[in-house]
Amino acid sequence: MPGIKNEFWEKTESFFVETGNVMMFTANIFTQFFRKPFEHGEFVRQAYRLGNKSVALIAITGFILGLVMTLQTQPVLVMFGAQALLPGMVAVSIIREIGPMVTALLCAGKMSSSIGAELGSMRVTEQLDAMEVSGTNPMKYVVTSRVIATTLMVPILTIVADTVALYGSYVAINIKNNVTLGYFLSNAFSALSFSDVFPSVIKTFFFGFFIGLIGCYKGYNASEGTESVGVAANTSVVTASMVIFFIDLIAVQVIQLIYGYQ
Amino acid sequence: MDEIIRIKNLKKSFGNNKILKSISLTLEKGQNMAILGKSGSGKTVLIKSIIGLIPVDSGSIMVYDKNIPELNNDELEEIRKKVGYLFQGGALYDSMSVRENLEFPVRRTQLSKNKHELNDMVEEALSYVDLLDSIDKMPSELSGGMKKRVGLARTLILKPEIILYDEPTTGLDPVTSGEISELILQVQETYNTSSIIITHDMKCVRMTANHIKLLSKGIFKAEGSFEDLAESNDDEVRAFFT
Repeated sequence: MPGIKNEFWEKTESFFVETGNVMMFTANIFTQFFRKPFEHGEFVRQAYRLGNKSVALIAITGFILGLVMTLQTQPVLVMFGAQALLPGMVAVSIIREIGPMVTALLCAGKMSSSIGAELGSMRVTEQLDAMEVSGTNPMKYVVTSRVIATTLMVPILTIVADTVALYGSYVAINIKNNVTLGYFLSNAFSALSFSDVFPSVIKTFFFGFFIGLIGCYKGYNASEGTESVGVAANTSVVTASMVIFFIDLIAVQVIQLIYGYQ
Repeated sequence: MDEIIRIKNLKKSFGNNKILKSISLTLEKGQNMAILGKSGSGKTVLIKSIIGLIPVDSGSIMVYDKNIPELNNDELEEIRKKVGYLFQGGALYDSMSVRENLEFPVRRTQLSKNKHELNDMVEEALSYVDLLDSIDKMPSELSGGMKKRVGLARTLILKPEIILYDEPTTGLDPVTSGEISELILQVQETYNTSSIIITHDMKCVRMTANHIKLLSKGIFKAEGSFEDLAESNDDEVRAFFT
């Protein structure tokens, strides 16, 4: 029993130490963000690299998502004679929840792991130290630029995923019916309100921020040894995915508090 | 002679593990000091402390009359312009070509350089280490010895007054490590640098160092010239020379 008790306290202590370290790391990112010079070049390079490499994956997944969702839902709505509601239902589901969540989880898998592995490798091979010795603050040049890049790219990728998913839904409806794109879109958008679109876009900025933050934190603090690179990549994905669900949970509560139950 | 680094009573622990117990040393201008010691004896911790990469528990590290543990980031950046560091594996940036690796520290510290000046500086540094023909290669295309040479060129491009070498010949074949040792000596003669060389390679020590210190169990156990230490009666010291 004392062994279990000690282990419990050790784990609790290490959890709080880790949380404190993450908070200090985050504070350091904000400090570096407001300190001149702003790393424009590195930010643009990272935004292009992270966004461009993910866009095909996001688009294909979004298209399949819209298509499958429509094909699965259509027969049920037909049974109730409510197939006219299909575009609106798909639009609300995708834009409110499924689009942002699926995009964020895919980005956690792709961006967070890639950042974690890259920074972990830079730590192990002393590239971060070399940068510091060369008069460059790696927290600013490497970390802050990547976190800003993911914070801005995840919302953009979510918009891409939502758009392509709606197109997928339109294609699915047209497999058995003949509906024009104009009719489909007017039907879909008439079901959407400001409270569906705005909060779901805002939460994607948080998803993006935490995807970058977790990848950078895990990679930057990788211990020495090649094994730690794999560990950094793996824990980045797991932690980022968990945090995305947690943010979504909070976001739902906040949205319902602001806009009421709809 | 001018003292450019003076360390007094430096202590550093990681948890309960006391790595450096009470280290004091003085590096004079033009001196090439080698620090010997077994793996895990704290040699790398010592030189990383000198450049402010590892915070110390207590003691002072004066580099050009500035106490490193008391400096803020901006002040550290200023000091680091005068101190070069050659990392064990070269620490070249994977995502950049050899040219970009060399341009990087110049772009970051000497913003006024134009493209033509920058190109001349890169070519001069690479010519010095005899790797001009590798200018457009990526680090993954280079051998271990070439990476260390490029790492040295990247260090030299900022014309440092002090160079810290972290095991410059480790992992290299005898011929290449001889070439690197030759290069270290050549750098000192050409640029009049002062150096601290961390190494296990006695051939490198013999070729490059004019003063040697032996780090053992967190303290300097012996010091002197190569000949002095080679004739020591202490078994631990003699173990390095046999």
